[in-house]
Amino acid sequence: MGQPVQRVEDQRFLRGLGRYVDDVDTGPGTLHAAVLRSPHAHARILDIDVEAVLDLDGVHAVYTHDDLTGPMAEPLPLLIPHPALTHGRTQHALAKDEVNYVGEAIAFVVADDRYVAEDAVARIVVTYDVLPPVVGLEAARAGERLVHDDVPGNLAARLEQEVGDARAAIAAAPHRLELDLTIERSACMPLEGRGTVARWEPDLDRLQLWTSTQTSTGVRAAVAVKLGLDLGQVDVITPDVGGGFGVKVVHPWPEELLVPYAARALGRPVKFTEDRREHFISSAHERGQVQHVEVGFDDDGRVLGLDVEFWHDNGAYTPYGLIVPIITSTQLLGPYKPGAYRVVFESLYTNTVIVTPYRGAGRPQGCYAMERTMDAVAAYLGKDRTEVRAANFIQPDEFPYDHGLVFQDGRELEYDSGDYPASLEKLKELVGWDDFPAYQREMAAQGRRVGIGLACYVEGTGVGPYEGAHVHVETSGKVKVATGLTTQGQGHATVFAQLVADELGVRFEDVEVVTGDTRRMPYAVGTYASRAAVMSGSAVHLAARRAKEKALRIAADALEADPADLQIVDGVVSVKGAPDSAIDLGTVSVLSNPLRYAFDEASKAATQFSVGDNSLPPVPEDEEPGLEGKDFYSPPRATFASGMHAVIVETDPETAEVTILKYAVVHDCGHLINPMIVEGQIHGGVAQGIGGALYERMAYDESGQLLNASFMDFLMPYVTEIPDGIDIDHLETPSPLNPLGIKGAGEAGVIPSAAVFAAAIEDAEGLAIRAMPISPSDLHTLRLSQEHPR
Amino acid sequence: MKPAPFDYVRAASVAEAVSALAGDPGAKVLAGGQSLVPLLSMRLAAPSLLVDINEVPGLADVTVEETGVRVGALARHAAVLDSDDVRRVQPLVSLALAHVAHATIRNRGTTVGSLVHADAAAEMPVVLRLLGGSVEVEGSAGRRTIAADDLYLGPLESSLAHDEVAVSALFPALAPGAGVAFDEIARRHGDYAMAGAAALVDGDAVRVGYLSVSDVPTVVDLTGVPDDELGEAALARLEPMDDIHATATYRAQLVRVLTARVVAAARSHAAAHDQQEAR
Repeated sequence: MGQPVQRVEDQRFLRGLGRYVDDVDTGPGTLHAAVLRSPHAHARILDIDVEAVLDLDGVHAVYTHDDLTGPMAEPLPLLIPHPALTHGRTQHALAKDEVNYVGEAIAFVVADDRYVAEDAVARIVVTYDVLPPVVGLEAARAGERLVHDDVPGNLAARLEQEVGDARAAIAAAPHRLELDLTIERSACMPLEGRGTVARWEPDLDRLQLWTSTQTSTGVRAAVAVKLGLDLGQVDVITPDVGGGFGVKVVHPWPEELLVPYAARALGRPVKFTEDRREHFISSAHERGQVQHVEVGFDDDGRVLGLDVEFWHDNGAYTPYGLIVPIITSTQLLGPYKPGAYRVVFESLYTNTVIVTPYRGAGRPQGCYAMERTMDAVAAYLGKDRTEVRAANFIQPDEFPYDHGLVFQDGRELEYDSGDYPASLEKLKELVGWDDFPAYQREMAAQGRRVGIGLACYVEGTGVGPYEGAHVHVETSGKVKVATGLTTQGQGHATVFAQLVADELGVRFEDVEVVTGDTRRMPYAVGTYASRAAVMSGSAVHLAARRAKEKALRIAADALEADPADLQIVDGVVSVKGAPDSAIDLGTVSVLSNPLRYAFDEASKAATQFSVGDNSLPPVPEDEEPGLEGKDFYSPPRATFASGMHAVIVETDPETAEVTILKYAVVHDCGHLINPMIVEGQIHGGVAQGIGGALYERMAYDESGQLLNASFMDFLMPYVTEIPDGIDIDHLETPSPLNPLGIKGAGEAGVIPSAAVFAAAIEDAEGLAIRAMPISPSDLHTLRLSQEHPR
Repeated sequence: MKPAPFDYVRAASVAEAVSALAGDPGAKVLAGGQSLVPLLSMRLAAPSLLVDINEVPGLADVTVEETGVRVGALARHAAVLDSDDVRRVQPLVSLALAHVAHATIRNRGTTVGSLVHADAAAEMPVVLRLLGGSVEVEGSAGRRTIAADDLYLGPLESSLAHDEVAVSALFPALAPGAGVAFDEIARRHGDYAMAGAAALVDGDAVRVGYLSVSDVPTVVDLTGVPDDELGEAALARLEPMDDIHATATYRAQLVRVLTARVVAAARSHAAAHDQQEAR
């Protein structure tokens, strides 16, 4: 632990040997699916005519809602209900009577190949009664048009939390400010889209399903219920996943149900591989919010009262409940402790793609609101922006710090540990904060505009309820580890192996990790919320400890020693100080199983040892055969990682192009398991954040058509748009909540992007930045509006 | 994202390609495929027949002629960009090609294909117009030469007849003492530009071509315009478009900036070119 161990996954990934869902080969009889999707943002379906499809060669089945029976015909589940979600709505696997966004699934065609399936889709004739759509938060709030007839005001939910009396505190404060802020939509955009393959095994009466998901156990439970199968009849296997970033935690997607439904009905394997346009218009987006902030503060910039209202665009349905706006409303506070805080949000329907967590999951919006406010307070008082922040920090001796709010997991928002003043000092040093004004003046003298910004965040990571792990020492001495959550590129096979090697005392290369296979670990939750290292890492550590305890017990018996005198090094148990008195872990594994068929060398070697108590049964009560350890980790609440980013940008006075001159990150995720992997997560997060701040948006027109549904027009940054170097420094304040003292690191890099770029561009331009992302064209427009104020 | 069904012929000669095109009003020529194949996959184009000319011999040459450099229909962007002859005879072609998409696309895409695809956002059509080049085409009625000024009829619309195949393009040589420059501003490296400009300065004559500003590649004569009025003079002749990446107002600003930049750069190039000639 703590070493920058090279990722064991990279050989495969870098050489093109990764194996993704589309690579799963279920044989020549496999059929391929395509989906007819709504071309309208809002319409009633009057008729679906599939006549022209039926005589097309190679088509095996066409499903519309009318063809679905039982639970399949019901709406998809609302995964995370909440009392405030008074008007939660979910779509059907195939649209029933009405469509509410461009891209909503209407019909599902299964054919010999995807080409024929798409030909068939093109032949289906749907008669629509096109309805006026609701696009954008302004239209949603106006409530003149409704997305769902039975949801007045398009209001899915309204939630208010308050600590103290924020409005009174603001009214009584020496200084007051108001800010109106907007932030636009983006999306996860994993390079591998969604995909599902299913094979019904009639001989075994069971279903095998491969799917590109962040929760194989969740998909398994959903598929079992929807298809009327017992859980024990369904195996879900998650092979390599080419990126998730949140969108693949949503489940079940319509195709995740329709593929196995068709596979069972047709008796043939069925595959669905989403294409890029489908991913844009029928998976999920995030980020779109409008915010109104009122703040009251004293002469030092201490926030005495903070009152935030925001409006959250949840798209056409709410399958993932209120997780995103709840996170915005609670994590907005970051490292600060306002005197009083009130937050109220409305989650509103629009006729657009659903909104579900995308890396950061509501935090980028919250960070943006809070950090824009801090900058505005500093500007108002004429104080250094770092001073105003420092005046509001929770101090190191105040942990655990309870904000008095309820977090996304339904538990109290209580920070476990952190050291924000130390982080800020490191960041100022790393970016050269104090030297910047001189540099800025020097550049200005040359006609160049440079600006610096910073942003701080706190991220609740490692939310429950639990993860488990199973560690099995084979008679070969190799160690097989299984944990149920999935992997979408994080390097779990490396870090979990590191943890097992450390705890069990085996060589790193002897440990093999499997994730996301319900056959190996049927109890699991999933990979989201920066929880894998904390949750499965802790479970793996605990399971390895159990295996170790058992190994020592058996070895002590075999070596006639006290377990306390034994050590395990490189897979060999020996008596400390007496290296000749030793036994391989593989041999211990043989001894752990009374059925000692001598198939291998370890079994032969085991014959020299005698273990067990002849007065007891071969497997005594409370014992199990085999050298295995299984354990679960379930924390009382989330653990809170934190960080601070700073960026120096240059803006072109003529073209308004923004160039990144320096990007600095100070990050605290407790103890580091593998610093190289943590830095990789930061690099990826920063890159994704640059995309969200400077390049990406979802360009919906007023009729609800997504105008940039391709990688040509949705400007995900290339490596050429990302700075060559990102300066990173770590702080390690361990979490007291788990045995390893770790906190999550997966999402952090993307959280402060909108805030930090807004701050830096504002500093360079002397213009208030209130809307993100910002393109050169947007910045030019903003410049003109300041030159010619209306 | 799979194409609709289509028939396919691999032409062994230009004549065979022409006859295949003549025989099917829904036919399309496939050369590098960098524009056509995505259109097929998105089902935005559904030709009944693809006439693949990649195996036609003799179309990939890049040759220096008396009046300029001739680029064959199958010469890939990368090959043209790598050509020292091209760089020497007409450096604007090389300058502009460096901005065409990414290396992998340049390895497959053809320069002539880009010319006749007639995309106002592409680099090469405006270069051909600015230089007063031409395209050689062959159809059922025989061969003819289309001057660049007569080639572009509208957005994605060239004056080639349905049964005509472009076989080569001629980029006229840079005159002694003349200078050229190219610049564009794109959101990301290798993207279609939000706006781009190419300049040709020859003695007092100043002409600038624009891509991605209007819906056809447009050339403006700025001869005699004072330096500080170049941008406004160009804008008087252009109507910048609005799209999701740039407002018309912002595009106009880019026209101002790019015009000043490319004219200045072309003047410096002319001066350097002059010195080189003198030596």
